Parts: sequence; C-alpha cells; structure tokens
Amino acid sequence: MKILKRTNNVLPGFGPTMGYTLLYLSLVVLIPLSALVFKTAGLSWHDFLEAVAAPRVLASYRITFGAALAAAGINAVFGVLVAWVLVRYPFPGKRLVDALVDLPFALPTAVAGITLATVYSANGWAGKYLEPHGIKVAFTPLGIIVAMTFIGLPFVVRTVQPVIEELDAEIEEAAACLGASRWQTFRRVLFPLLTPSVLTGFALAFARGVGEYGSIIFIAGNMPMVSEITPLLIITKLEQYDYQGATAIATVMLVASFTMLLVINLLQRWSRRYAD
Amino acid sequence: MAAPTTTYTGKNNGNHRITEPAPVRWLLTAIALAFLALFLALPLAAVFSQAFAKGWETYLAALWEPDTLSSVKLTLITAAVAVPLNLVFGVIASWAIAKFTFPGKNLLITLIDLPFSVSPVISGLIYVLIFGRQGWLGPWLDAHDIKIVFAVPGIILATIFVTFPFIARELIPLMEAQGKDEEEAALVLGASGLQTFLRVTLPNIKWGIIYGVILCNARAMGEFGAVSVVSGHIRGSTNTVPLHVEILYNEYNYTAAFAVASLLALLALVTLVVKTVAEWKVQQQLERE
Repeated sequence: MKILKRTNNVLPGFGPTMGYTLLYLSLVVLIPLSALVFKTAGLSWHDFLEAVAAPRVLASYRITFGAALAAAGINAVFGVLVAWVLVRYPFPGKRLVDALVDLPFALPTAVAGITLATVYSANGWAGKYLEPHGIKVAFTPLGIIVAMTFIGLPFVVRTVQPVIEELDAEIEEAAACLGASRWQTFRRVLFPLLTPSVLTGFALAFARGVGEYGSIIFIAGNMPMVSEITPLLIITKLEQYDYQGATAIATVMLVASFTMLLVINLLQRWSRRYAD
Repeated sequence: MAAPTTTYTGKNNGNHRITEPAPVRWLLTAIALAFLALFLALPLAAVFSQAFAKGWETYLAALWEPDTLSSVKLTLITAAVAVPLNLVFGVIASWAIAKFTFPGKNLLITLIDLPFSVSPVISGLIYVLIFGRQGWLGPWLDAHDIKIVFAVPGIILATIFVTFPFIARELIPLMEAQGKDEEEAALVLGASGLQTFLRVTLPNIKWGIIYGVILCNARAMGEFGAVSVVSGHIRGSTNTVPLHVEILYNEYNYTAAFAVASLLALLALVTLVVKTVAEWKVQQQLERE
C-alpha cells in the first residue's frame, strides 16, 4: 500500500483496519462472487446461449423485469405522495406511520409472501372484494406486481423524504410571489428538484424487485411462461442438477444488477449535485 | 440494493408557511394513508389474525412443536454467528474508510454494498458452486467428509453474505459526519489508539451500532431465498424459521404456518421500534455537536 500516503493524519490503525477490511471483503464477497463468473467462463458460447435464451427463460425475464418496472412505477407515484404527506402535513399517528414505512425491510420475505397470498386469494381480505370484479391477483402476474410493490415501497419514500425535508421554503415563496399557482410551483419548481431522487428511488425499487424471491413465489402461482420469475427458474434448474443452466442465468441476472448499480450510483451523484 | 441509511438532516418542515388548501391536504393525506393501509397495515394484521384464527391453544401448540423449536434454535445460532462477525467487520471497515482519505474509497464502498444488489437466490447459488458436490472444493470436502452446503455451515455462510453490508453501511456515513477532531484531541492529550477508540469513538457511534445490528439481525433471522438454496430443507436439522414457515404453508397447515410467521412478524415490529429510537438518538447526537 505504498500509494496510500498518510500525511497530516495522526489517527492510528489505518494499515491493520484496511488490511482486515480487504481480507474479509475478499473472503465473504469477492471470491464467492467470482466463483459464478469463473463457472460461467467455463461454458462454451453455444451452451451459454442455449441456457440463457431458451423460450421459458426469455419469458421469465419478461415477467420479472416487466413486473419490477410496473411495481417501481407504482412506488414512484405513491412513494412521492407518502413522502410529501409525511414531511408536510400534520396528522395524528404520524410517527407510527413513518416507522411503519420500513416494515418491508424488517418483515422476512417468506412472511410477506404467505400473507400477501392469503390476503389476495379468492376469499382473503382484499381478494374477496377484487375477485367479483374479475380482478384476480393471487396466482397471476398481477400478484407478482403486488409483492414487488410491497418490498419496494420504502426505497422511494426513504430516498425522496430527506430531499423534501431539505427543500428551501424560500423558493416556494419566490414562486408564489411571482404569481405561480400551487400546482405550477409543484410542477415547474419542486418537481424538477425532486426528479433525481425519485429516479434513484425508482431504480432502487426496480433492482430490488428484479432480484426478489421469497415474497413472490407464494403469490405468483409459478406457471412456466406465465408467472415464473427468473430467480425461481434458477432454483428449479439447481434442483434438477442443471448447474450449468442455473449458473448461466444467474450470470445474466448478476450483469443486470451490476448495470443497475452503476445507474443508481450515477443517479445519486446527479441528485447530490442538484442538492448543493 | 443499498438500503436507505439514516438521514442526518433532521430539519422539520412541518410548519411551512405556504401550503395547499385544506381539502387538497386532506385528500392527499387520505390517499397516502389508504395506500399504506392496503399494502402495509393489512398484511401485518392478517399475519396475527390468521395465526390466532383457531385460538390460543392451537397457536401455542403450533409453536411448541419439536420441528418449530429446532428451527428457532438454528435461526438463533445463525444470527449469533453472522451478526457479531459482520459487526466486527463493520466497525473496523468504517474506521479505515471514514477516518482516513485514500484513493479508491468510493469503489471500496460500492464493493461493500455489493451483496445488497445481488439476488438472494444468487447469494445462495455461489456457495453451492464453491462447496457443492460439483463445486471447486466439492471433491476435497467429500474426501474429508465435511459437509458445508445442505448443512448448517452453508446456511451460516449465506447469511453472512446477505447481511454483510448492514453495519458498515450505517457506520461509515455516521463516522464521516462526526469527523476526527475528538479522536485527534484524545491522542494529543496522550491517550493510546485503543483508548481513543474505546473511550471516544465507541460512545459516539453507540446508537449507530445498535441501528446497524438490529437491521442486520432482522435480515439474518428472516433471510429466505439465499438460505433456501443452501439448506437442503431437512426437517428438524437444516430448517430455519422462515424455511419452516414455507414447509408448513406448502403442507396446507396454514394456522401453524402463520403462528410461526407471527414470531417473525413480532421480531420485525421490535426491529422497527428499536430502529426508530436509534435513529432519533443518532440525530439528537449529531445536532448537539
């Protein structure tokens, strides 16, 4: 570590703590993840394509990414609304509601899964009102969207909320003084300021939805070509001892998540630039 | 995916001078609350309602079942190994990252965040690829009769992986916000490095640690996807609580499934309470400075 010059820092322990950090990071994260890359590199191009572009696999991408996009969209709209209401409007029980927003982080996904499946089944609390109108949620692709909306909800709220808190009252006052209506102020002044954080929250919720497994499989019905998500397909391949197939599909998913990670990092940098 | 960490702004804009007309405010509040009720409160209530659907006795009987108890034991063991390991890493890594400047810092933080952006299923799969029968170390492990995948060690490894970033992720921004003036003062006054850490840094990051640990623990006890891949689903031996919930549910034993699930839901509620308190304490502390 010769490049790390430690001039004018009297704090001790950089060498050992950095060494331990890199060692533990490599052992727990980097080496295991590289196993996936090496295993895939061992496949021939032909085998790889056959595994990742089979019709059933392609259908699972469409379902997974499509549902994640829809859920992130729902969360972008309602998440901004929830964040706005939580910051700006007083109402009784606000603290409780604010804390409850994080429930999807704290509630194990399997619990969320069986509960959502029960609530939205034909005679469940929500399902019994929806089913007579011909809206089937449980065991359909719609169920996947509901589950992904549940687990993605806190991401948008928690990225947008601090930005709304930081908004300067003066800009709204200036807009009002210049004759803008409340709606014009929101659309022309506030919305552009919120956009980077909304997009970041959207991307976070989308990425979480794409990888999600536990809360979805109970409500999805898991029919191949119709409501089978990609993570489930990886598990199915594993259970059939098709390690090659599982690895190849997992690599596609991993590349997709890393791409989104990059996009999210860029979005965050953008929103920080706006914040200053 | 990076879980949102505490925000250290603390500005309260509740008393904004310009606001919307009252009917608009009520309407927006009503829509937001209805959305949260439908997606959050309703499922939460449903867990307990289903668990107690057949009364207290059935509820307790479902919990007092040998397979349930052994799943609780395994989950506690898993969390007892994974959380302290990641706690030690979190504290050490945040010291190195927050108190020093070096090139590649952002890259390192991104790498620490990596397990958040990997699908839980892939988090489990990578351990099968390393320790499984067809994996890198498979033949060697077989020859020495060591079982990692489809056994308890695999469950613990996968859990360490998925909970890896939680504590570091919370402590890095907190320690960065606090700076290093207090530590420098302690050193100048003659304290040793360890004394400085124990007497100055540790009290400052106490609530941050509690926040990180409680979230890390919630995930460790509740992880499903990653653990499901490496567990092998052997009843009474490699089943964690979430996996046991799945088995009961798939056997159409709904009351028992929800009874066990209610334990995890209670854990989630406790987590939310502790998290809220810790968040509040951290913010208070930062405002005092």
